[in-house]
Amino acid sequence: MTTALTGVRATARLVARDDGRGGTALPVLESDGPLALRRTRGSGAEARVMLVGAMSGPLGGDHFTVRAEVQEGARLHVGSAAATIALPGQTKGEAHYDVRLAVSEEAELHWLPEQLISAGGSDLYVTTRVDLADTSRFVLREEQVLGRVGEEPGRLSSRLVLRIAGRTVLDQELTCGPGAPGGWDGPAVLAGHRAVGQLLLARPEFAEHPVAARQLAEHAVVVPLAGPAALVSAVSPDALRLRRVLDEALAVLSA
Amino acid sequence: MSRAALLVLADGRFPAGGHAHSGGAEAAVGAGRITDAESLEAFCRGRLHTAGLVSAALAAAAVLGVPPRELDAAADARTPSPALRLAARKLGRQLTRAARATWPSAELDALAREFPKGAHQPVVLGLAARAAGLEAVDAAYCAVYESVSGPASATVRLLSLDPFDATAVLARLAPELDRVADQAVEAARNVADEGTDALPAASAPLLEIAAELHAAWPVRLFAS
Repeated sequence: MTTALTGVRATARLVARDDGRGGTALPVLESDGPLALRRTRGSGAEARVMLVGAMSGPLGGDHFTVRAEVQEGARLHVGSAAATIALPGQTKGEAHYDVRLAVSEEAELHWLPEQLISAGGSDLYVTTRVDLADTSRFVLREEQVLGRVGEEPGRLSSRLVLRIAGRTVLDQELTCGPGAPGGWDGPAVLAGHRAVGQLLLARPEFAEHPVAARQLAEHAVVVPLAGPAALVSAVSPDALRLRRVLDEALAVLSA
Repeated sequence: MSRAALLVLADGRFPAGGHAHSGGAEAAVGAGRITDAESLEAFCRGRLHTAGLVSAALAAAAVLGVPPRELDAAADARTPSPALRLAARKLGRQLTRAARATWPSAELDALAREFPKGAHQPVVLGLAARAAGLEAVDAAYCAVYESVSGPASATVRLLSLDPFDATAVLARLAPELDRVADQAVEAARNVADEGTDALPAASAPLLEIAAELHAAWPVRLFAS
């Protein structure tokens, strides 16, 4: 971790590999400053890791990166201990939070962090880039909450890119809050909803048997992407209702 | 180059089938999110900065000579809704036919062969502009204008909104159309060095979600 007037730079790294005995080993588990990784009790072949925010943040000027690599045949589940709150910093300027995930052949990653809350006055760019192999299995949950209770949100820009075997299957960016391009809270984009979330799933079976597009809740659908992946998109009035919709979707799609 | 070709391409009467699509306005009217000129303007503004920007950048990149195959894949990745992917390809196929008859070109012929079910409409729009001797910025203007004019004219029919009010909405958006067209061309110019990742990916959750719900309506006035 380096701290300067410009903010905190921190990179946490995580590598999971098949331990050859039916389990998953974590040869690399590097915490850095505000980004702490803890191994927790797993189940079966799956290793579990919890991302624990040891400080609040990211604040304006901070640049956090989390890199996770799941090697051939390994199975990893990553969650976080609490919601991440983007806050304004001492220094003016935007904060960045980059997540880079790579999953090899026959490997599985469940990336299920808690919500990202955009507090008033914050300015955060989140970028999540995922690289999968043809035979990887993958689940990712992403939830953005615009403002704490009764608060105007900060500016939040979030890009999610999924590549499978080098081909881009999803590339989506959402920018909202003060200073975002006009219309972000209007009838085409969020229409006053304060929680927006996605569940992204990739499985080799989806190549032959894609999910059927259908409605899951008032403002939630599951759709097949142009590749072996499915996306649940949902907007909700608040974080609690959003989570309920995404939990139900995950249960249905995992069955 | 003939600047007047831009008027031919951008004309609402150009026979490319756009009139059958509301750009999500029918779903938004049905859900009570568009009720008057003010909410139409907010809808159009949101669509302009998301789907409009992405379409304009794809069209501009096609004019600059980025291979259609790459742009079509980039459009797929930026369109999670299969209903919207299907609509974009149908519109692309109709535009390919109209453009080949209007501005015969080997590139449009090759596009029709490569995408028998249609390429994404903005990609075709860019190649049509190229065949007409237009520039990247012209194609970007066509795309940003279409992104708001479609919903505006559909709302006139759906809500019996006063056409004067709908046109005034478009006029008020004009300075933003200028900015988004410039932004799109700038992004398209970066594709040569950075690949299609340089294209914007701005998305509108409710447009995507509502497009799927709308596609399941048993009776509707517009295809999308």
